[in-house]
Amino acid sequence: MTIKRIDKRKADEMRPMKAEVGVIPSADGSAVFQAGNTRAIVSVFGPHDLHPKFLQNPERGILRCHYNMMPFSGHGDRVRPGGSRRSKEISMLIEKSLISVLDLENFPNAVVDVFVELTETDAGTRCAGICAASMALADAGLKMKDLVSAMSMGYLDGEILVDINSDEDCDRGATDVPIAFIPSEDKLSLLQLDGDVSKEILLKLLEIGKQKCLEIDQVQRKALKNKFKERLK
Amino acid sequence: MNNSLKQHLIKSLQKNIRYDGRKIDEFRDIKIETGVSHGAEGSARVKIGETEVLAGVKMAIEKPYPDTPEKGNLMVNAELLALSSPEFEPGPPGAKAIEIARVVDRGIRESKAIDFEKLCIEKGEKVWSVMIDVCTINDAGNLLDAAALAAITAIKNTKFPAVKDDVVDYKNKTAKGLPLSRWPITVTVYKIGDCFIVDPLSEEEDAYDARLIAAIADDNNVCAMQKGGVEPLSIEEIGKMLDIIQKIAPKLRKKL
Repeated sequence: MTIKRIDKRKADEMRPMKAEVGVIPSADGSAVFQAGNTRAIVSVFGPHDLHPKFLQNPERGILRCHYNMMPFSGHGDRVRPGGSRRSKEISMLIEKSLISVLDLENFPNAVVDVFVELTETDAGTRCAGICAASMALADAGLKMKDLVSAMSMGYLDGEILVDINSDEDCDRGATDVPIAFIPSEDKLSLLQLDGDVSKEILLKLLEIGKQKCLEIDQVQRKALKNKFKERLK
Repeated sequence: MNNSLKQHLIKSLQKNIRYDGRKIDEFRDIKIETGVSHGAEGSARVKIGETEVLAGVKMAIEKPYPDTPEKGNLMVNAELLALSSPEFEPGPPGAKAIEIARVVDRGIRESKAIDFEKLCIEKGEKVWSVMIDVCTINDAGNLLDAAALAAITAIKNTKFPAVKDDVVDYKNKTAKGLPLSRWPITVTVYKIGDCFIVDPLSEEEDAYDARLIAAIADDNNVCAMQKGGVEPLSIEEIGKMLDIIQKIAPKLRKKL
């Protein structure tokens, strides 16, 4: 049983990945993560004062994520700027998938702003966003338990696919399961599902997803190390 | 910028010395890449020093405006993304973003860079709309000239999408580019004290008294202009500023 993928990948083969940190000099931390034609660029500002004041938490700093697709980044019509219900929900999900690795105890009343921009998209945008955001947070020098890696798993015509693209997700109607994984905890911090799949297959798919996220983790770590290698030259 | 620092800056500029060692009429290194966003019909990345912007073109079939039933539509939008500077906040475009978009728009429109009559499909009913979005990635000064350069490069990179039964098929691009004729190049000259500089860093931008933006066509004619800043300008000064702009525009044109 072998499924034909439009980019000729094997079922368990990820798209080519590219990662780099320190790409936006004006930001406190920044990173870009690309999987195939999905590319997320992220900048981190903070921790800095949070306004309006009533949003402040005197116990710890808060994390605020903003997910946005550039108007020309979709594969159909122009995306109208200004946010949508979808982008609001994804912003929240990115926040939740990252918050547990961050230690913001020492930053009461402060906020860490994370801006996730998609310059081009071919499905898996929230996952690319999470990968880039976790690298950017590390680049900003924030105390973290671990990096977070994310990817969209799929199930199509009886086969489990990794890192699905828009041909599989949107055009061929694969079951889409975006996940984010924290290696040191061995836990998932993002889990969604759109489609139709049995519990047995889902659990198997998640196990595969976990292993694949470890590959992403390596790419992320290498990118972070590279920045400092360059600097020491 | 506080006054004593500004006086210090002006003294240096009078000696033709800038923060980063450039001459007052010298641009930073310019890097241009095209085809950087696959979903767009055309796209470009422009870096001027550490300043970086992306521009993308989307095309759509729409109804023409009632006053131009035989012409295609142009729309230019600029997003000063919060990602690109601690100064920018998320939300609807402010005056600065709108000014950038409008100046870029007028440069393209008035120089007749695109032959809009050739974008007509059916008079009064169907025309092509060209929608240009410029997004900032990093603000290290002179977003304006970078935005204009990115927009024009993205237009040049644009290919019509395929059309099936009057519906745009965005997955397939044709080999046909936009009907283009002239190329506007936008250059801004800043006046700080009695000095004129181009391609300012953010710190220099904080200190300017007046500025003149001009879009220059291939024949060195001026197609769009905008004076900015709090200080008024004399006609003599405007002449001097245009001299600088006309000297620099051909150099930028070579980068296209």
